[in-house]
Amino acid sequence: MAGRTQPIIRTLAVGGAPAALLLMLTLGTLVAVFLRADGVGALGPAEWAAIRFTIWQAFLSALFSCVLAIPVARALSRRSFPGRALLIALLGAPFILPVIVAVMGLLAVFGRAGMLNAGLVWLGLPPVSIYGLQGVVLAHVFFNLPLAVRLLLQSWVEIPAERFRLAASLGMGPAEIARYLERPMLRAALPGIFLAIFLICLTSFAVALTLGGGPRATTVELAIYQAFRFDFDLGRAALLGLVQVCLCLAASVLALAITNPSAFGAGLDRQVARWDAAGPWLKAQDVMALALTAVFLLLPLALITLRGLAALPGLPEAVWAAALRSLLVALGSAAVTISLALPLAMAISRASAGAASALETLAMIPLATSSLVLGTGLFLVLRHYADPATLALPVTAAANATLALPFATRILLPSARAVEADYGRLADSLDMTGIGRLRLLTFPRLVGPLRFSAGLAAALSMGDLGVITLFADPQTATLPLQLYRLMAAYRMEDAAGAAVLLLGLSFALFWIIDKGARPDARA
Amino acid sequence: MLVLDDITILQTDFSLRANLTVAAGERVAILGPSGAGKSTLLALIAGFLAPARGRILWDDQDITALPPGTRPVSILFQDQNLFPHLTVAENVGLGLRKDLRLIQEDHARIATALDRTGLHGMGGRRPGTLSGGQQSRVALARALLRERPLLLLDEPFSALGPALKAEMLDLVAEIADQNGTTVLMVSHDPEDARRIARRTILVAEGTAHPPADTPGLLENPPPALSAYLGTK
Repeated sequence: MAGRTQPIIRTLAVGGAPAALLLMLTLGTLVAVFLRADGVGALGPAEWAAIRFTIWQAFLSALFSCVLAIPVARALSRRSFPGRALLIALLGAPFILPVIVAVMGLLAVFGRAGMLNAGLVWLGLPPVSIYGLQGVVLAHVFFNLPLAVRLLLQSWVEIPAERFRLAASLGMGPAEIARYLERPMLRAALPGIFLAIFLICLTSFAVALTLGGGPRATTVELAIYQAFRFDFDLGRAALLGLVQVCLCLAASVLALAITNPSAFGAGLDRQVARWDAAGPWLKAQDVMALALTAVFLLLPLALITLRGLAALPGLPEAVWAAALRSLLVALGSAAVTISLALPLAMAISRASAGAASALETLAMIPLATSSLVLGTGLFLVLRHYADPATLALPVTAAANATLALPFATRILLPSARAVEADYGRLADSLDMTGIGRLRLLTFPRLVGPLRFSAGLAAALSMGDLGVITLFADPQTATLPLQLYRLMAAYRMEDAAGAAVLLLGLSFALFWIIDKGARPDARA
Repeated sequence: MLVLDDITILQTDFSLRANLTVAAGERVAILGPSGAGKSTLLALIAGFLAPARGRILWDDQDITALPPGTRPVSILFQDQNLFPHLTVAENVGLGLRKDLRLIQEDHARIATALDRTGLHGMGGRRPGTLSGGQQSRVALARALLRERPLLLLDEPFSALGPALKAEMLDLVAEIADQNGTTVLMVSHDPEDARRIARRTILVAEGTAHPPADTPGLLENPPPALSAYLGTK
């Protein structure tokens, strides 16, 4: 607010510390990587192949996710049926679904001994392999098709209902509606969605680790890991890290220039009355789109759950120990996320317009950071002070918190702004400051979004298979890493059991933090 | 005594000048067309915006640079005067201790303040369960406990019906008289001014004029006020 007494000092006091810490974690680690890199001239054919593959797989993943999302989002926008809300909720689930669990599920359907190949063999056809480009793209579509559907559905329900009414009164059929109402919306919405998914797939590591590999299917992130873990070639890891940052930066700048879709928009349960889609052919088309999507998303998880439940009681000791470590990392990461995101959101909502948008941009930087670059940087900095293996868990928690920060900030910001707009002056006039204001105003008013973002941060950290791969030794594995090791050792029964455990813990953690017992449920 | 010494407020497309004095213990209404800057004037005194030029003095102390919460001022806004997640007693208690660490004696004082504002026994309820008039009384009870010498009313009763509003204004007048509180009250209704304010500040055409005798002002309004009131 213009001319208010002491706004700059307050903003600095509240937002300065988390902003500085965030800059250290993102740009600081980047500088550490940069100082170690050998220079761009050192890029060899293997690195160029990794760059090409990274861009190509991200492009294909984003393309398939967007194209396939169109019929699904259209069906959801114009049909009401029992279970619609459940299906939309299910589409939000991949956000906190551990990547490694989904990969296990996809292997159960599309893998060498999976359902698909069993069917092909039975028909006398040659089996297909899930490893390589097709597997990486398949897994990325599994994760990002639901995201694309949700974002697109958001745009679809934002077409005013009055326009559909007007179109119906003018006697427009499905073709005209598509031409005058839906295609303009798609043209506006799809580029942003495409780039958001492209960016996600650029930085995805666990999928490439499990389904990619080899000279023809190695992403930059995976190459960083290999340079680090197998060759311990820090200079090369740093160089690749720099390449990765440049890729992400280019995509982020493009994405910022287009639009900034938010997956957390409200109103997805709205459903517009449509007069044009009553035909049996259109109905059948929508039913097909929805049914196939549900099967595609649910079948892998159902198979892995069925197989894993039986293995659960006999899981080796090491898996349970890893589960405990993962829980601690997840809770620590959620705590760090909130203690950074809350002051940031509060500072943004109080600051002048210029400072607010600078802080908001800062909070979004981790979206363009990759977890392996972050990890490489932290390793390069910390190895002077301690044995990296002993720091594996705290570093993982810190990296996870950094990567969850943009989401937490975005969730908290609207409510923080509302509290400031509704009660900021009242609190100021009563001289409520510091801890008292936090305890009496901020916490009680923000309890919902705080729990939601903490739940997300915890679940994201619980399922993360990224930085930990750089640091861990056998004594400090998290549950996702333990699961990966079981898979690599072809102990598929134990792996399935660990996958069910991880799946259950991730969702339980999210649910308990977000919705669990509320000791003081106030209006 | 409140002095606005050669004040200029500058905002985009808007400016307001004020050079006036309000005596201690006086009740003054602020009248004028909408958008003229009545609420801006209160926001200035309460510390929510800084003047481009000039000083604000209370009892010869310069308070221009003080943050809102430490000024000798209580303010009642048009809405959002209470925290909906706190009980009535807690909302009132904020007038005593901003961190709500209340001692036995504080609870007794809160109960007395609630009694005086006609809210006996309602301390445990949440604002959402009260009527609009009762919510106004809670805000008044809090102002009572804060014991600041200057009370600013930014149309807090405008959503109430005529009878309820008159009742609240009388309560304000009664409390202000007992405690010697100086009251500045923004209103768009000349009846409010007639009811409790002997003098009135007219805010129009970029200027907050010095307080003038209310009945005289309303009977012989200057052109800007008469255009607003719709008289002659």
